[in-house]
Amino acid sequence: MRAVIIGCGRVGAGVAERLAREGHDVTIVDISTEAFNRLEPDFPGQAIRADGTDEDVLRRVGTEGADYFFALTEGDNRNAFAAELAAETFGVKNVVAKINDPVRAEAFTMLGLSTICRTRLMVDALARCAGLPGDPGAMGVREAEGHHDHHDGGSPALQVER
Amino acid sequence: MYIVVVGGGKVGYYLAKELLDAGHELVILEKNGARARQIADELGSIVLNRDGCEGKHLAEAGANRASIVAAVTGDDEDNLVVCQMAKHHFDVPRTIARVNNPQNEELFRHLGVDEIISPTRMVLSSIEQDIPVHELLHIAQLKSGEFDLVEAQISDGSPAVGRKPTDIALPEGSSLFLLLRGNNVQPIRADTVFQVGDKVLAVSRAGEEGQRSLRRELIGETEQIGDAALTR
Repeated sequence: MRAVIIGCGRVGAGVAERLAREGHDVTIVDISTEAFNRLEPDFPGQAIRADGTDEDVLRRVGTEGADYFFALTEGDNRNAFAAELAAETFGVKNVVAKINDPVRAEAFTMLGLSTICRTRLMVDALARCAGLPGDPGAMGVREAEGHHDHHDGGSPALQVER
Repeated sequence: MYIVVVGGGKVGYYLAKELLDAGHELVILEKNGARARQIADELGSIVLNRDGCEGKHLAEAGANRASIVAAVTGDDEDNLVVCQMAKHHFDVPRTIARVNNPQNEELFRHLGVDEIISPTRMVLSSIEQDIPVHELLHIAQLKSGEFDLVEAQISDGSPAVGRKPTDIALPEGSSLFLLLRGNNVQPIRADTVFQVGDKVLAVSRAGEEGQRSLRRELIGETEQIGDAALTR
């Protein structure tokens, strides 16, 4: 299984380590080399310093044909953007964008992106901890609900030939 | 007309100024407080010091009654998010985005942004106009990118030399309409005969296929010369 991860923060580094240790082919991208210090020195995947919202970069790191694409930078819009590129331009099937703003997370889920919202996860976990009933919608990754409103009405990935 | 402008940088500022002068009603969303105050000092209370990427701020700005939302920040990802929110959440009839990386244009168009403004592309075309290349020169986009306005230089070896427009097999959707010869500009008529040195303005359907055959008819098989040289 091949995974491309954008953003080597704590979450990005953590998931990259887990997947790579399980024997998956992992490429993690961040605009700062220092971010890669979060990886173990013997990290078995690839770490590439580049801008993960640039189409050329995503092509170079092998997004096309990847099984998983996780956009996990600090910026909600950057994540949404990288995820749109992965899904639309490169046709990756399993794409998840981390969107910390719950309103935007909801909006992008309706627009056809799978999202994970840290705010909602934590609010729910703490509310449960305080004995309140849980919010089932806050658990894990929210699968895309809506579909992109394509002009052609279809869903095949953009045909990009260069 | 009510217009929401997101991003109060240079582009947003001058855009707002022109639109106000033209008598339109508008609001600018600018997330930087100091910049927002600065614009308010210049243009009056038409500025909301808010991040336009957030749905509730767009709602506050009255996006649901806007005829146009123009996202002109310096960040492509922010501009895309704004337009998507505007289009799909507030049913704004027309969304306009500034795109800095020309490669992102296709994605923006695909995701429903109605109009794309690419400063990079504009500067690029101006530079290309000064470089003599045996290619179709891209001048402008028409109908939101459905058609391209292009210029072709007729040089020695072009199959069009000595021929009339009616002798040229034009691809579907394209037409030749203006001839630049010497210091004159003239419409292309049925009896125009093309000469070496002519420049022809043509409209062509966007995309590789149509433009390739247009290039073949007007400029010639430049690519094949390269291929032949390689195989030797």
